[in-house]
Amino acid sequence: MTPAARRARAHPGAEALAVKGWWRAQRWLLLRRISQLGILALFLCGPLLGGWIVSGNLSSSLTLGVLPLTDPYLLLQTLAAGHLPYQTAWIGAALVAGFYLLLGGRVFCAWVCPVNLVTDAAAWLRRTLGIRTGRTPDAATRYWLLAGTLAAAAVSGSAVWEWVNPVSVFHRSLIFGLAGGLWLILGIFLYDLLIARHGWCGHLCPMGAFYSLLGRFALLRVTASGRNACDDCMDCFAICPEPQVIRPALKPTGPASPIVTSVNCTACGRCIDVCSKNVFKITHRFDPRSPS
Amino acid sequence: MNHPLPPTQEAPPAASRRRFLNTVAAAAGGGCLLALGAGLYARQASALPAQALRPPGALAEADFLAACVRCGLCVRDCPYKTLQLADLGDPVATGTPYFTARAVPCEMCEDIPCVKACPTGALDHALTDINAARMGLAALVDHESCLNFLGLRCDVCYRVCPVIDKAITLESQHNPRSDRHAMLLPTVHSDACTGCGKCERSCVLPQPAIKVFPITLAQGALPAHFRKGWEEKARHGGSLIGEQVELPVRGLDAPLAGRTPLEGRVSTAPAPLPPPPAAVANTPRSLDSQWKP
Repeated sequence: MTPAARRARAHPGAEALAVKGWWRAQRWLLLRRISQLGILALFLCGPLLGGWIVSGNLSSSLTLGVLPLTDPYLLLQTLAAGHLPYQTAWIGAALVAGFYLLLGGRVFCAWVCPVNLVTDAAAWLRRTLGIRTGRTPDAATRYWLLAGTLAAAAVSGSAVWEWVNPVSVFHRSLIFGLAGGLWLILGIFLYDLLIARHGWCGHLCPMGAFYSLLGRFALLRVTASGRNACDDCMDCFAICPEPQVIRPALKPTGPASPIVTSVNCTACGRCIDVCSKNVFKITHRFDPRSPS
Repeated sequence: MNHPLPPTQEAPPAASRRRFLNTVAAAAGGGCLLALGAGLYARQASALPAQALRPPGALAEADFLAACVRCGLCVRDCPYKTLQLADLGDPVATGTPYFTARAVPCEMCEDIPCVKACPTGALDHALTDINAARMGLAALVDHESCLNFLGLRCDVCYRVCPVIDKAITLESQHNPRSDRHAMLLPTVHSDACTGCGKCERSCVLPQPAIKVFPITLAQGALPAHFRKGWEEKARHGGSLIGEQVELPVRGLDAPLAGRTPLEGRVSTAPAPLPPPPAAVANTPRSLDSQWKP
């Protein structure tokens, strides 16, 4: 690799920053951060300021005293453990599942999940420092882990994954001011930094795997509609948390649709930001436009 | 295989199948290991420690751990900040609600907001009367330091009990130390104790003599076949095995039975007649000291 290419690999989006300007080169990233931190702020309003908007946590919550929301993955674990939850939990889980079925399951990962802040930071540091150590597990491990967590719940009669689930532990730690879970998050940060690129969110997290399964019919999609303008700079591959989803849309072997249909696409929009040629944009699943 | 694969895009079917199987095996193995590790950790920590009490209406511990989604809505709705969520590494299942009686006991709200907040039924909505809650069971564990057992009138646990005179009663007993006072012993009754923990919280000792434990720790159980003779007798209006021959019990037929000095009992002489009433007032060894407060 040439020094220039290495520099590009370490700082994808540098060219976009120069060409498109500060806002358009990181618009989706900033919007995503606003979404992630805003959702945390909604939960923290009550305990910190005394004005309750959302109470509970991502596992199950109550908004403004009327809107129940429950994580369908947690409901599934509860069912596997042998408990039939109350109607409130069912309604909450149906609302959440419906939302992500419509919008795209992994939208949760990119726009809501607090662990994304940590793994994004690890990925950035890994890129910047040029760390290439470790070994990445197979991306299908997460589905096995998903099955394993449900099987463990069924065998033990208890939602055992929730003892250590980094997503719920981290969110709960932030909202309820607990410190013990932060060690787990430090572990994930170090794993993503030193051992596996996008290791947790892209390969292991069973919650992400569950939301991937919800993304089969996602409306919100990224399209490589400007793929003819692509100059093979590889910035999108360097920045994408699930790089394997890009190729079929960007570099198809036949006359395929430019829409990224993989369930693993988190619709984070980073590819749109870092592309200086405006190849990508956010669209809906049935966008009829063909590549220009 | 000794030779590297030819540099073609498509690997031969056998090799690609082998690679696929390898990948699947590794992924499955990794997944199973992680799930197993989490399961073992959970099993090790799934016994509730003695000082952790579940909120009112909580299902039995095993069912509770299946039903609770660890959302903390019960914690948020507790007006007294009694409930807290277990942190990772605490001896209570991560993220589940509990309280420590000595720190902040349950105030037994009449509308039980914590139970109403539970979205899954880990806290049973069938509980509508807080007096029917069974969060734990108080036990006066230390008879050596309890001030009432020492013959003093502390009574604080009895006074603060929200179910006073039902969950905790004061049972009067003779004080053998002074031999002239009563001891009023705080006595817990499991049919009324809600396990709120106010007695443990308010015990005046540096370490409480009365403590509230999860019921499985605090309560014994009679064997299922066990019958109490006196209850059966009362129920049937008489002994079930006919009237028994009452045999005299040696030593208990003396007038000062049970309190007679040892030397009086081993003497072969017949038991001394009770002294005349005038003598009683002067005999310090007598049962009735005539002392009045």
